[in-house]
Amino acid sequence: MPSLLVILPLLAVLLLNLPLNFLRRLAQPAALLFAVYQALFALQVLPAGCTGCPTHERWFVNVLDPLTSVLLLAIAIVMFAAVCVLRATASDEKHGFNALNLMLLAVAGMNGLVMVRDLFSLYIFLEIASVSSFLLIAAQRDMGGLEGAFKYLVMSALATMMMLASIGLLLAYSGSTKFMVVAEALHAHGSHGYLLTAIGLFLGGLLIKSGVVPFHGWLPDAYAAAPAAASTLLAGIVTKCTGVYTLIRLVQDVFGPAVATQQLLLIFGALSVVVGALAALGQSDLKRLLAYSSISQVGYILLGLGVCGSANKFAAQLGVAGAVFHLFNHAIFKTLLFVNAAAVEKQTGTRDMNRLGGLAQKMPITGLTSLLAMFATAGVPPLAGFWSKLLIIAALWLAGLHGYAVLGIAASLLTLAYFLSMQRRVFFGLLRPEFAHVREAGWALTVPSLLLAAILVGVGLALPWLIGSFLLPVKGF
Amino acid sequence: MDPNYKIALLENIILMAAMLLGTLATAMLRQFIKAAIALAFTSVVLCILMFKLAAPWAAVFELSVCAGLITVVFISAVSLVRPATEEERAAHVRFKVRRYFLLPVVLLAVGCGLSYMPVRPLPLLATTELVTDMRALLWGPRALDLLGQILVLLAGVWGVVILFKEET
Repeated sequence: MPSLLVILPLLAVLLLNLPLNFLRRLAQPAALLFAVYQALFALQVLPAGCTGCPTHERWFVNVLDPLTSVLLLAIAIVMFAAVCVLRATASDEKHGFNALNLMLLAVAGMNGLVMVRDLFSLYIFLEIASVSSFLLIAAQRDMGGLEGAFKYLVMSALATMMMLASIGLLLAYSGSTKFMVVAEALHAHGSHGYLLTAIGLFLGGLLIKSGVVPFHGWLPDAYAAAPAAASTLLAGIVTKCTGVYTLIRLVQDVFGPAVATQQLLLIFGALSVVVGALAALGQSDLKRLLAYSSISQVGYILLGLGVCGSANKFAAQLGVAGAVFHLFNHAIFKTLLFVNAAAVEKQTGTRDMNRLGGLAQKMPITGLTSLLAMFATAGVPPLAGFWSKLLIIAALWLAGLHGYAVLGIAASLLTLAYFLSMQRRVFFGLLRPEFAHVREAGWALTVPSLLLAAILVGVGLALPWLIGSFLLPVKGF
Repeated sequence: MDPNYKIALLENIILMAAMLLGTLATAMLRQFIKAAIALAFTSVVLCILMFKLAAPWAAVFELSVCAGLITVVFISAVSLVRPATEEERAAHVRFKVRRYFLLPVVLLAVGCGLSYMPVRPLPLLATTELVTDMRALLWGPRALDLLGQILVLLAGVWGVVILFKEET
């Protein structure tokens, strides 16, 4: 039942905080169990490939389309990994418990966000995920964390203001905040100045939440300053849900593929792909490099979505399918890279790549899975990232957007360059004497790494099945 | 123009100007306590505006949630900062003058520009049904939002616990 995906985390937070000590010890197993339940639930509805499977309940009616199911699965996988990272890296039991409560609330927010079909409810669930994320970043109360959380808070408040203003305009016009009613109203008088302003405001807010160039200032600070588990959750799924998923959902179900929207997505997508990759090349902090890489990869998703207004219907469908596929793949390989960054930081005490080197000898699982994630991100076949990028670039080419397609291919080479540089500085080369005693991280970090790497390989190999069952059924235009 | 309408319009403009001043004071005042009072003042003015615009329930929520919870969080922030030095205070004043001097002018210009802009009226397709019974509103069409607000409040409470517990 979809409602349980929101209610269970809330109940868990309330129960775990009863004044009974044994409940605290159950917190992490309970969170892992919930992640497994959610993954199984998503997998159960995914193969059916149904658009709007009937669900007999009051709050979430007919919501389990492929896009929602893919996101529910991604949230479950990333949450599982983040809880494992929390277990391995929490400074003490109290901080770990507090962070776990916030992670459960963030997951409840994200689950609600991907299942609602009402603009105001979407805004509320988006705020739950955002508020929990600010607190997760600042939880250790060090200066970096507070600064990162503050920057995220300020930019998020700006985005919120724009989205609320847009919801107000759309409500005044259509008399409802339900997706279907607003979409019909926009279809009737979509070219009116007020409505174009409303759409522009909402899209602007979502672009800020997605951290695309030029609204990306908060993102590297927030990702780098957050504790390891928080940055895993944040980079893995929170910004994908609050920004990119919402963008896809609204363009698909509410705003429609207008030419102006298409141009906006293509321009911001291209900017993010190039600027993110170039900025990543100049980083020496491992987590900041991954943050800039995220900006670049989100750019690819926007490029795929930007084909939505193409006259070539097949290209439009392929573009949206590629965008959703890359969203899922990015959640997986970025989570894997952040789990590995947590392992490196825990075992060596630093994230400065200029002080690292040769760690693959001492941390073979981390080194190997990092290599796989790097190849997947850069789009090397047959890993999952290759297929999603291929879909996006093929869609751009078929839609006649040849310049953007070439840009996408060129930026892939940049991706390979900065990741090769990272791999060389952290895992290859000579082992520094001070790291002679370093060992592989414990199971709490290697198990999620191996699991995520297996998903990257498995999804890549299973593409023929995935294309027909859930990628192309993602609603086209 | 109907004189009563004129008076109501004037009242709304005065309230909006007061709200703008309140928000500016919240952002610009150096002492947290004063900024928190300015924030509470802004909330109260917003609440009055909502009452006047026939949204009594929204006004009640604004007053209870914003003027209550946010002000508490704001005041709690005092525990996280140290007093500024004389040099920092002087630098802050210079920064404030540079950054905020033009803001009211810009806002006024934008407001005047918008009011003289020739715009077509928005063709409203439907009117929002006014639900006057609070119970019907909360447990009917917006029940899911209520659950969401509980989650937001819970996250806020956790924020206070995590960030401020040891200091207060």
